[in-house]
Amino acid sequence: MSRAFVKGGDAIAEAAIRAGCRFFAGYPITPQNEIPEYFAKHLPEAGGSFVQGESETASINMVFGASLSGTRCMTSSSSCGISLKSEGFSYLAAARLPSVICSVQRGGPGYGSIKPAQSDYLQATKAAGNGGFKMIVFAPSTVQETIDHIYEAFDYADKYRNPTMVLLDGVISTMMEPVVFPEPLTEEQVQAIKDSKTWALNGKKAGDKKKLITGGATEQSNMECAEMYEYWAEHETRAEEYLVEDAEFILTAYGTTARVARAVVDTLRKEGIRAGLIRPILVNPFPYKSFAKLDYSKVKCVIDLEMTIPAQMIEDVKLGVLGKAPIRTVLRSCGEVMTDDFALGGVKKIIEEY
Amino acid sequence: MEKVIKRPSTIPENAISGFCPGCMHSTVNKLIGEVLDELNVVDRTVEIICIGCGTLNLKYRENDQAVVAHGRACAVATGYKRCNPDKLVFTYQGDGDLASIGIAETIYAANRGENISVITINNAIYGMTGGQMAPTTMLGQKATTCPNGRDFNDVGAPVHMMDILNTLKAPVYLERVSCNTPANIKKTKAAIKKAFEYQLAGKGFSMVEVISNCPTNWNLSPLKTLEYMKEHNLKEFPLGVVRDRGGEIK
Ligand SMILES: Cc1ncc(C[n+]2csc(CCOP(=O)(O)OP(=O)(O)O)c2C)c(N)n1
Ligand code: SF4
Repeated sequence: MSRAFVKGGDAIAEAAIRAGCRFFAGYPITPQNEIPEYFAKHLPEAGGSFVQGESETASINMVFGASLSGTRCMTSSSSCGISLKSEGFSYLAAARLPSVICSVQRGGPGYGSIKPAQSDYLQATKAAGNGGFKMIVFAPSTVQETIDHIYEAFDYADKYRNPTMVLLDGVISTMMEPVVFPEPLTEEQVQAIKDSKTWALNGKKAGDKKKLITGGATEQSNMECAEMYEYWAEHETRAEEYLVEDAEFILTAYGTTARVARAVVDTLRKEGIRAGLIRPILVNPFPYKSFAKLDYSKVKCVIDLEMTIPAQMIEDVKLGVLGKAPIRTVLRSCGEVMTDDFALGGVKKIIEEY
Repeated sequence: MEKVIKRPSTIPENAISGFCPGCMHSTVNKLIGEVLDELNVVDRTVEIICIGCGTLNLKYRENDQAVVAHGRACAVATGYKRCNPDKLVFTYQGDGDLASIGIAETIYAANRGENISVITINNAIYGMTGGQMAPTTMLGQKATTCPNGRDFNDVGAPVHMMDILNTLKAPVYLERVSCNTPANIKKTKAAIKKAFEYQLAGKGFSMVEVISNCPTNWNLSPLKTLEYMKEHNLKEFPLGVVRDRGGEIK
């Protein structure tokens, strides 16, 4: 363990290197440039390879190549760059190749705005590329949690042989916080992980069968993946439930917005209003159960806070609430960051109606 | 008695080629197999296959392979090779894959001097998708998406990838070959071998472009395609070494 005061972007890259990431390819885009810059400086020191790709499309396909070798590998990008990488995400999912994708959301659509936002929730969780595949999507809300999630994401990617996403917004990637880093894997451990991937391409040895990894799919492979997604829904959901037992007003938010929502809950509680928070820690699989198990004889309203207009996570919140309570929204977008005051004001206005 | 001619070990007895009769994709695949055996490198070879008729070889080739997104073979090969520098990594790509949708990936892999070998089949047409215009379609040549023949004023002239790569500093070896005569088949094999040897010696990026045919989509018999090639493709894309700096690099 080592303590540090770091910027989110640097922390992401450092956590990845400690987790044994030995290949990174990416293309510059604000607000995530600290990530490739840190890799460019420090990945070679760790015996890895950094490539600035000629485009996002090329970069994600380089990651595909790295993963074919069994090497732990990663890319990062933001919104319109993530769109260009969607081709590669789909191929990684088809080929069942592990890899970690860090998506630092900015405003959208189009080139949107370079400022922080949460505009790509639906893309990340429902259709990050063609073909109906899914990824586990972490949604950390502090720099520390981001470090922990990046570190863990490599294990998840390897365990499920699937691309795994860490979904942030530009606030976390550019913010500085005191953190504790996990111990780096030793070179022997990194090599052992690579060697353990018996499916990786290494050249056909005499007497062995050839290995073929393709970006294709069959009904059989679709069914296997569907089974895996169902398993995730059953066993991998993660959410923070804060003061929800007696709550009349359930706030829900992820990432940076969840920090603000938590502060709003604390303020409301001090004023005697029974508010609580459900914070999805993974946004896919979504913690529907956290909403399903609420005591709806008490809940007057569910309030969804997001930094995107129109709201996106609300689609999942609806599936959790199933019409048992009204759902309202407090929203900002395109870099108009959700401040404590704006959120408190918006939430209070809604509460007054109930 | 010693067996002088035998099947490449990577193309087993019962293997069935997916290529149309008379297509030079078949010949090139056989030559690659022979070279891998002669260099004794099957156990360290990873082939990155394009999307296109090249993909048809995955049904019968017996070496490790990956089939990747259309046009991205050079990017995938870059990622793989950097993680496993001791492997022999080659891409097998159609000209649409290489020079249209994948033109950026190809140019930048070449410009970085990635230590990989690119084998590309220039058949002047999109074979797999049924005969649409390719970046290499001859002026005047008909294709399903240029039914009146390729018109310079509308879509420009055939793209010469070799010459584009020849403007870059890093590539080590660039040669254009064909499989239209026995002598040229021998030269194609020698070129593939040289590209692989350079890679094994760590010299850097090579590309071998095979001027090829597509009897099915040219609507010509295999023999007639040879005449057409002589009249058109081989004039547009003259054979020979475009660059060979293998001797200069240690
Ligand atoms: C992204 C994407 N676009 C289009 C296609 C359809 N497609 C498959 S092969 C091909 C072109 C094949 O032509 P070429 O690369 O010249 O190879 P050939 O089949 O002639 O050997 C196309 C356009 C695809 N598979 N993926
Ligand atoms: S369609 Fe053309 S390029 Fe493809 S296998 Fe048949 S002849 Fe060869």
